[in-house]
Amino acid sequence: MRNAFADEITTLAETDSRIVLLSGDIGNRLFNDFKERYPDRFYNTGVAEADMIGIAAGLALGGMKPVVYTIASFAVYRAYEQIRVDLCYPSLPVVIVGVGAGLGYASNGPTHHSCEDVAVLRALPNMTVLAPADAWELRSLLGAALQLSGPSYMRIGKKGEPLVHESRPAIQIGRPFELRTGNDVAILCSGTLLPQSLNVASELESTGVKTAVYSLHTIKPLDEMWLGRLFREVKLVVTIEEHSRIGGLGGAVAEWKADSFEANARLLRLGTPDQILHHSGEQEHAREMCGLTVEKMTNDIRQALSK
Amino acid sequence: MTASVDELHLIARRIRKTVLELSHRAGTPHLGSSLSCVEMVTAAYWGGLNLDPAFAADVSRDRFILSKGHAATTLYAALAMKGFFPESWLEDYAKSGSPLGEHPSPGTPGIEMATGSLGHGLPVGIGLAMASRIQAHDNRVCVLMSDGECNEGSVWEGALFAPSQRLNRLTVMIDYNKWQATGRSDEVTALAPLCEKWSAFGWRAVEVDGHDVVTLSQWLNAPPDPDGRPTVLVAHTVKGKGVSFMEDDNNWHYRIPSSSELARALAELQPL
Repeated sequence: MRNAFADEITTLAETDSRIVLLSGDIGNRLFNDFKERYPDRFYNTGVAEADMIGIAAGLALGGMKPVVYTIASFAVYRAYEQIRVDLCYPSLPVVIVGVGAGLGYASNGPTHHSCEDVAVLRALPNMTVLAPADAWELRSLLGAALQLSGPSYMRIGKKGEPLVHESRPAIQIGRPFELRTGNDVAILCSGTLLPQSLNVASELESTGVKTAVYSLHTIKPLDEMWLGRLFREVKLVVTIEEHSRIGGLGGAVAEWKADSFEANARLLRLGTPDQILHHSGEQEHAREMCGLTVEKMTNDIRQALSK
Repeated sequence: MTASVDELHLIARRIRKTVLELSHRAGTPHLGSSLSCVEMVTAAYWGGLNLDPAFAADVSRDRFILSKGHAATTLYAALAMKGFFPESWLEDYAKSGSPLGEHPSPGTPGIEMATGSLGHGLPVGIGLAMASRIQAHDNRVCVLMSDGECNEGSVWEGALFAPSQRLNRLTVMIDYNKWQATGRSDEVTALAPLCEKWSAFGWRAVEVDGHDVVTLSQWLNAPPDPDGRPTVLVAHTVKGKGVSFMEDDNNWHYRIPSSSELARALAELQPL
């Protein structure tokens, strides 16, 4: 996904001379093409995330469209107060791209894990929170995020994520994207577990459970009208995300459901547990530890249906 | 310099009067901090930068950021005198529903950004200076910080970065009044030698008398550093400056002047 980001932002910067790319001392060769084509619009602001967000705010105040790129955990947790005060308070159009969100940097250990980023950013007024499932969704959403009048955060994977779409999908910020239909269970997935979500749906379908799958690439704002219809149509709604069950997509849907008097369907939230992952391991291992495999998630859903 | 020396002194006295009255009337703290930066704000608005409501929507305008947002009354007094908003707004300062709160809020005429949480002004000022350079604007950016603010890590992240970008149209003024909220700023952290620190970071660092409005104005009008360095004016000041019984007394970080104290203070500011 990071290659797709580098390619897409380089293309977008061609037609929009206000785009400025800030990197927090990562992606050295990733942006060679961008740097060559727009030498005065790429800045490595160093290992200084708080400063980087403030600089982005200043660039936006000065008429530019800054895009900030660094490892998700550093962009969000290190600079949270700058995001709140410098970006959200005045609602400045700055796009923050957090690479390796969730467990994308699993092997680097918990300092690099980012399973609470959606929870903390979703709470900020004026912030749009995006989680593309693959490189194609990323490309569509990046262009759309640059058209927003306020700040946005896009949590993306790292590299080699399988493609879900065959080409650039016609997705819009705030509108869930339907990948398959079914009226027993609806799986809402935000981010890179979408291929697994589709496999879970196939498993369920093989035993006669008709399962819809939607890409919830936008976690904030939620499409509440659409949720209202969905919760009347199916028996069980399942959220899947590489993020804590506290405060992510599952949390957002649960909050909405708590205030909705017509949400008949039950809700099952699948995500990472409320704990630090002390074991070393690659992303697949970490997902397994968190119960985010096709087999485990299918079983969780079957159990929920049987209750 | 757009105002004469006499005018600059008169403006500074008028700002002091407003600052004292606002603190008394609204019962808001940070009086000592507001009084110590009066000459710096005066120099920015009348002596150095081109700050005028006529250019408020011009992206290439000169920018002044009060990073020490707790000195909001000094800024409000200047903005009202400059015509960014009616002087009558000052009467409602810090009242419920007023646009003028205890800390500056973006969206208020003349306020470039939200300050009040320290350490935000310099990085934003750097971004503004970079935006100007990208767009080939020759405007100036000035950030006023406090000495206590230099406790913040983001200040030093910015101090490291700005010289690497050769942002010589960026000027920082540090209100070095030697106090922060609860103690001497040189004792709470090892702030001194402050000017040498900035110099070592690659800035054109100059020690000035922070109450000498003429020298401050001259520095704000000085040509950009030919070596490309940003400029920092380490401005030695007295907290509570201008009122004998408030000067260098840190109780006035939080204390509110009574009616009789206000009268005594205003009497010291004559002639207005």
